[in-house]
Order: sequence, then C-alpha cells, then structure tokens
Amino acid sequence: MSPNRRTSESGQPAPNIDNLKEPAMQYLLAIYTQESAAAQATPEDMKAMMGAYYAFTMEIKEKGVYLGGNALQPTTTATTVRVREGNTITTDGPFAETREQLGGYYLVNCENLDEAIAYAAKIPGAAFGSIEIRPVWAM
Amino acid sequence: MSSFSASLDAVFRNESGRILASLIRYSGSFDLAEEALQDACEIAARTWPSSGVPGNPGAWLTAAARRRLIDAIRRDRLHREKGAELLATTPTEFEMPDPEVIELPDDRLRLIFTCCHPALNPEAQLALTLRTLGGLTTDEIARAFLIPEATLAQRLVRAKTKIRQAGIPYEVPSRDSIAERSEAVRAVIYLIFNEGYAATFAPSLVRADLCAEAIRLARVLCELLPVDPENRGLLALMLLQDSRRAARTDNDGNLVTLDEQDRAKWNPAKIIEALALLMRSAPAYGRYTLEARIAAEHARSAGTGETDWAEIARLYSDLCLFCKTPVVELNRAVAVAMSEGFEMGLAVMDQIPGLESFHLFHAARADLLRRLGRSQAALAGYSRALELVTNPVERAYLQRRIAALDSAGRVPPLP
Repeated sequence: MSPNRRTSESGQPAPNIDNLKEPAMQYLLAIYTQESAAAQATPEDMKAMMGAYYAFTMEIKEKGVYLGGNALQPTTTATTVRVREGNTITTDGPFAETREQLGGYYLVNCENLDEAIAYAAKIPGAAFGSIEIRPVWAM
Repeated sequence: MSSFSASLDAVFRNESGRILASLIRYSGSFDLAEEALQDACEIAARTWPSSGVPGNPGAWLTAAARRRLIDAIRRDRLHREKGAELLATTPTEFEMPDPEVIELPDDRLRLIFTCCHPALNPEAQLALTLRTLGGLTTDEIARAFLIPEATLAQRLVRAKTKIRQAGIPYEVPSRDSIAERSEAVRAVIYLIFNEGYAATFAPSLVRADLCAEAIRLARVLCELLPVDPENRGLLALMLLQDSRRAARTDNDGNLVTLDEQDRAKWNPAKIIEALALLMRSAPAYGRYTLEARIAAEHARSAGTGETDWAEIARLYSDLCLFCKTPVVELNRAVAVAMSEGFEMGLAVMDQIPGLESFHLFHAARADLLRRLGRSQAALAGYSRALELVTNPVERAYLQRRIAALDSAGRVPPLP
C-alpha cells in the first residue's frame, strides 16, 4: 500500500514566520470548482486566474494569515484507496462524484470564523465555485 | 408553584439573557455560562427564602454566577489559561459585590449576532437565541417549534459545539457584513416578540417582558444601523402590535379580536413613535416595513368600518412579493373579504394551500362563514380550530364563538 501523499505535505511554501500572528485558529479553505469549466478556459483566462491566485496568496502571506496552500491536479488523476478486511482496494477516480471538485486549498491562521469567511470570499474561485471552510482539529 | 419560586422564575426570565451574555463574554463558553447561571439560581432558591430577595436580584445572580464560573474554570483543565487570566483579575477570596452598585455591561447585542450567525442553521439560530436571550426553557422552545424536547436539546448542543469548534466569534460583525447579518437578527428578534405576544403555552396571552425585550433589542439595532430602514420597520411593527396590548384581552383575560377592541385603550405614545419611524423610511420597502404599514392602517383608523381594507389588501399583495407564505396569503384573504365581500374573501382563502393544521386558518374561515350566515359550516370550522389551538386564551375565545353560534342557531330564521 502506498498512498499518494504528494499533494498534502510536499511543495508547501514555508509560512512567513516574521508576519505570523498569535496562534488563533487554523482553517482549511477547500476550493471546489467545476473542472469541466476550467478545461474549456482560454490561455488568457488561465493566465488571469493564475495572476489572481498569486495576488491573493501574496496578500495573505503579507498579513501573516497563510500557513500553506496548493493547487491540485484534476480528479482524472485521482486514486482512491480503501482497506477492507486487510485487503487494499485501489480504484480510479475521486472519493465521491460531485458537481464541483476539490481543486486546491489554503491552510490559514485566523482569529475566528468571520475572518476566515472574509478571506474565503476573496479566493478567486469563490466567484464561480464554492469554498468549504473547515476548522482544523486543535490537538 | 409557590409564590416564592414564581418570583424567582420571574427574576430569571427578566435577567437571564443579560446575565448569560455577560457570563459568555467573561468565560468564552456558552456551556460554562449556562451551568454557572443555573447553579446561581439553585443557590438563590436555597438562600432567598430565609435571607429575603435581594434589592437587585439580577446583580445578585450575576455575582453568584460569576463566582461559580470561576470555580468551574479552575476545575476545568481545558480552560487553564483562561482561568489563570480570570483569576489574575479576580480576588481569590470571593466577596459578594454590592448588588446595588455592580455594573451590568450589556453584551446582548454581541450575543444575538453570535446566536444568529449564518454559519448556524436557521433552526439553531432561533433555538439558541430563545434559550440564551429569551431565557425560555428547552421545553417551551420545543413546544413553540412543535418538536420533541430531546430534538431541541440536541439542536442546542450541536449549535454550541459548532460555535466553539468552528470559532464563531462573540462580537458584533464588521461594517461590511453587518447589513446581511442583521436580516437574520431581525427575524429572530421578531420571533422573540411573537413568543411574548402570543406565547404558545403561557397562562396569559401576552408575556410583556419578552415583547419589551424584543423592542429593546430592535431599538439597539436601529441605533447601530440607522441606515437600514428595515430595522425601523421592525421596531415600528412591534410598537404598533404592542400598542394594542391592553385592548387585546378583557378584564377576565379573554381574547378580544381587532374589530372588537376598545381603541381608546391603544397606547398612543407607541403608535405615534411607530408612525414617525415609518415616515422616516417612506421609500424603502421591505418585509417589516410593509407589515408595519399594514398595522399603521389599523392604528390610524377609528374602527373596523372605517379602515381602508383595500389599501391593506394591496399592502398584503406587496408583502407576498417578499414572503409569500400561507399566513400572509390568509391575511390578504381577510382584507379582500373586508373590502370586496365575504364570498370573495372565502374564495381567495380556499385557494391557499398548506394551512390545514393551522388553527387561525379554520378560525378565520369560520368567521367569514358566520358573517355569511352559514352557521353549520362556521361551527365545523371553529370546532376544527379548537382541536388545533394550544393557547388557552385563544381556546376560550373559540369556545365563546361556538357558544354564540349555538344560541344563535336556536333563533328561528327571519321570514
């Protein structure tokens, strides 16, 4: 069994320690958009979108909110693994078929849910997709 | 219930919202705050019979609850940091502050924005606000929502868990989100008012403290957000409804309907204030402003016969654009009956779906049938309403209507 963990831990830019605020709450902002729409986007659209994400990422890094974030390859690359009665069952595709697909995420450090909502609303994908805000279980 | 526990109950009703709001700010926890207040009430129930009710019972309860809160936080390892912070600012040897001088900061607006946060589902918002700000018991809220008490209790637990785990802030929202957030707050304030105005199971029809509470919260909302005319609309609506309070029941506690009310008993100060509020928000239409205008038409009129029912029917049609609910349609049908004739009103009424289990639908329908002289059908309608009604004052009203029909039925028809 070798779960694919490429996207969860590697490749995260280091958080800006100097600007990091007092630890408050961590939230995962999961970005759900329609992959089919992204596949039809023109190169100009893609460039504009990349620019918007870059600007948003810079903003939250400067404010000390950013803890991590990544864009994900489309769900056509997804593999789902389940272990049942000791057997590893590997299947092609995402865990669930949904209208919008998980396409990326940010991990942020916020004072409270209202602050997380305000940042989630600024994510470019919020204008046409959905952002699910999940508080990180504080250990 | 002894008179003593009744007076403790009254104090609790009046003060619990304010005390809880301050305890939640103090501890950052709904659960700890509620437990502390409950403990304080138990102490009061034990000690007040011998020591007497203190001059300022609310301040006494606040002080006692804070003491319990500090004890609880001390014991609670999860809140070690918060406890240390509290202990640093609180004398270890607890002395009851002079209840006459203790300051009670008003944290209720903060509390209501937290309770009405859009990250909570609407049912949870209502339940939480009624429980914490309204001081209603879970049993009362469950009955108001017609759901089992266990379901309601679970709803409250889930809501409080989400507030804690999702980090829903305990503060008044920022300027840029306050407009949309206050819509949810208005809905909840109006529900509190209605709970006070026609309490489902209260022995008397009006619980004035809840009405006053809702009006007070609406005033604060108007102060905070004077640019939003709907806040004034809500305040005007509640003032107009509240202005009729003294006329709504007779000396024996019986319900008096609008057309039979002694309009001299209506509170002119509240009417004048409401009409002035509505004049200030003339161009803006919204749900509460429209409902207030409907109430204002009644307030301006000297009697049912002189009321501009056509205007009221038109306002109800406008209201349907904002919230087309069966109850709004029922009210429009009554206005149509008064302006265009009972038959027409009945026809409109019979086309409204979804009111089969609503007692006021059957009562309103029976009322039109009675006026049309169709006594048997009216009797059936009042009887159905009687089966569904829960408020004892409304039940008594329906029983009187049935009795009047019975005696009228024995009168031989005119030749």
